[in-house]
Amino acid sequence: MSFATPEDARKHRNIYLAVLVALAVLTGVTVLVAQMHFLSTPMAVAVALLVACIKGGLVASFFMHLISEKTTLYGILVICVVFFFVLLLLPLATEFTNVST
Amino acid sequence: MSASIEIPCDITPHPVTGMYNGKFGVWLFLASEVMLFGALFSSYILLRVGAPEAGPLAWPDYRTNHLNVPLATVNTMVLILSSVTVVFAWYYLQLHKFAAARACLLATIGLALVFMVIKYFEYSHKFHDGLYPSTHNFYAVYFTLTGLHGLHVLGGIIVFAYLVGPGAAMWKYNPAKFTNRIECAGLYWHFVDLVWIFLFPSIYLL
Amino acid sequence: MSTHAAAQAHAGHDQHGSGHDHHAHSSWWRTYVFSTDHKTIGIQYTITALCFLAFGFGLMLIMRWQLAYPSDPIPLIGGLLGKSLVESGVLTGQGYNALGAMHGTIMVFMAIVPLAVGGFGNYVVPLMVGAQDMAFPRLNMASYWVFLPGGLIMLASFFMPGGPAASGWTSYPPLSNIATMGQTAWLIGMIFLITSSLLGSVNFIVTIVQLRAPGLSMFRLPFFVWAQFVTAFLLLLAFPPLEAAGVLQLMDRVAGTSFFMPQGLVVSQKLHEAVGGGSPLLWQHLFWFLAHPEVYVLILPALGIVSEVIAANTRKPLWGYKSLVYAALFLGFMSFIVWAHHMFMTGMGTTLSTFFQITTMIISIPSVIVLTALIISYHGASIRYSVPMLFATAFLPMFAIGGLTGLPLGLTASDIHLHDTYYVIGHFHYVVAPGTIFAMFAGIYHWFPKVTGRMMNRTLGLIHFWFSFIFINGVFMPMFFMGMAGALRRQYDPEAQLHAETVQGLSRMVSYSAWCLAAVQIPFVINFFRSIWSGQPASQNPWQATTLEWAAPSPPPHGNFAQVPTVHCGPYEYSVPGERRDFCPQFEAREA
Repeated sequence: MSFATPEDARKHRNIYLAVLVALAVLTGVTVLVAQMHFLSTPMAVAVALLVACIKGGLVASFFMHLISEKTTLYGILVICVVFFFVLLLLPLATEFTNVST
Repeated sequence: MSASIEIPCDITPHPVTGMYNGKFGVWLFLASEVMLFGALFSSYILLRVGAPEAGPLAWPDYRTNHLNVPLATVNTMVLILSSVTVVFAWYYLQLHKFAAARACLLATIGLALVFMVIKYFEYSHKFHDGLYPSTHNFYAVYFTLTGLHGLHVLGGIIVFAYLVGPGAAMWKYNPAKFTNRIECAGLYWHFVDLVWIFLFPSIYLL
Repeated sequence: MSTHAAAQAHAGHDQHGSGHDHHAHSSWWRTYVFSTDHKTIGIQYTITALCFLAFGFGLMLIMRWQLAYPSDPIPLIGGLLGKSLVESGVLTGQGYNALGAMHGTIMVFMAIVPLAVGGFGNYVVPLMVGAQDMAFPRLNMASYWVFLPGGLIMLASFFMPGGPAASGWTSYPPLSNIATMGQTAWLIGMIFLITSSLLGSVNFIVTIVQLRAPGLSMFRLPFFVWAQFVTAFLLLLAFPPLEAAGVLQLMDRVAGTSFFMPQGLVVSQKLHEAVGGGSPLLWQHLFWFLAHPEVYVLILPALGIVSEVIAANTRKPLWGYKSLVYAALFLGFMSFIVWAHHMFMTGMGTTLSTFFQITTMIISIPSVIVLTALIISYHGASIRYSVPMLFATAFLPMFAIGGLTGLPLGLTASDIHLHDTYYVIGHFHYVVAPGTIFAMFAGIYHWFPKVTGRMMNRTLGLIHFWFSFIFINGVFMPMFFMGMAGALRRQYDPEAQLHAETVQGLSRMVSYSAWCLAAVQIPFVINFFRSIWSGQPASQNPWQATTLEWAAPSPPPHGNFAQVPTVHCGPYEYSVPGERRDFCPQFEAREA
């Protein structure tokens, strides 16, 4: 990737700074929500994970420029994410339905 | 022998994949890292939901886990900032401003070191309080996951130290490839940041 | 990129190129030891892996003595083995477990995978895609030099107090958590081996996707390359969970954590000091998440080799090339969601065991597609029964036996009876030994002329093939009967179970077959070394094959091709009607 024009470069710089601000704000939100203790545990988990996903999405999309990549990489990452969830959920499901517990 | 080896897509992107070899390679490596941390997160969840409700093996939550949230919050911000400095290093190299890029890389190394120092204080405080990996599986998870993440930070410091130091000579004779290297190192570094973004709430705040 | 940058990039490229020229003239060390040439690395992998293969086989030969003649002193070498393995010439129970664990580990992680992927993959894939080298030559070198220390650490564990790891190649906790120091060496060695596979797999994927010669679209790739491509993905995504599990077990052993330690574990009548709260089953999940895809890592390159050999020797296009490719891709994908069929006996609930049973049945479909396509390829062919072709042909029924005997193990009801018996040993060895290892032999005989510029001797090859074929079936076929009679695997004393007494005769037959099998490898070793120096010189394309590796001189020089070839057609254009010869190489333009 490279910058065609100075405007293009400026646009990139502004995006990076905007993402920085967003990440800082979201970090604050996570900590505040957790420290205020006004949510039930499942809700707190949901909010924390949601905010983390948004932050992760911002980093991946703009800092890692995932947003301007092509389908080959998307395909590989989708496979990886599918297996990631398989790895996360199937052992858990197996343990939960284990006849000895 | 006169035949010199010229590897295609070493610097310029492949027309179909849109990536040069190095970037493709780093992404594949990161995919495997996702699976590595995925397995660790999976273990964490499995142990946590399998823990008894009460007794010595009950899982501590954010009220009882003795973790230092303010320090970890500072560390989160430090890592996010270091991610921004890396992306700006690449940005300045695109604009052929080497001095600015170098400053950004040095800032990244500095921030990474700050992260490690804070980590050191956190760890030594835990040891001082008699909290070891063997104390309880929560601390086992805490030390293993943050420790492995810390090793990744250490690896990043070494890579950036090389790129600012001896590796920077490449900018003189092959600036395009040097810029690519910064981009690849940056991808890795953003991933380290990304892992922390998930580690921080799931260990410290829940 | 701006023209300015492009020009600079070009200048840099020239400099880069001259750096390589320098390398070409460089020292013996850089040419033969720390080489970045994919061919040298491939040979290094092959030789190392063959040594480990022989060593791992040797361990089994010792164990077979104990199984044939329980508690008799081991003849000849009994006195040479260390105290951790034998006592007054007799193999101890601990020694038996250690040999068994190391046999499995060495064969899977240090012999077959490095041979199939590190050896054949490294040597042949860049040639087949028409590249001058791998995408990352230095990373390639690093992968070998991480693999070797990993292997040596494993070997070093034989000299540690208490001997090497003895908890099976699966290293199930809590047994492995409380085992002697050799287990720690096992874990550290595994982390090295996994890292090496990781570096290799990244390199393979990038090479196959980005470095293909002009005209070589993905669907003009030989099936061997596709097989390596899928294998690389399996290594890339399935190995890290085992690395994670290895780190956790290392923490359990070194830092006293309890990831895999249950509460209240009693060891030698003493309560274990770990606080507990861990899950031994967690290890099994993480281990089999790797180890089931690992089965396909072992078999896919073998299928690839066999396909190449069959196409070249039947003088026909492979039947159903595209179905082969899609079957391999589907196989790779499915292999990630079947792992818990290794864990049916761990108290798994019926819902999940049904799920894994169904996925296991589904994954047999692509395997059958591959096998069927290969068998149909023989139909109506004028077959050349060269030595590699004999090995490839034997591979098909052997792999079929291995695969089909797996079905009863994948069904929960029959698995209850067969679990952990010799039937299981027979099943997976049919896949890996007369299956994969025969394919490896086929590959060695097939590509030997490319690597050395000389042919291997046919007579010695025939002796090697026929006797190996007979004895290897003598080793593994009786195991099915022993298993169905209820003889358990991992049993030090075969006389411990009364019901297994009836099959003790078969066990002895297995032992004799195994020792004979070792003896008939001698012709291969002689053939291998004699042919390197005094074999009949081979031309550039001795088998009249079509794929790109035969466009390079034998042996190929640094940089492989004098000129990067352009590809004109698919990989298996044999016996095309109206053509002058019965093969149309990918690298030659057809006259109109």
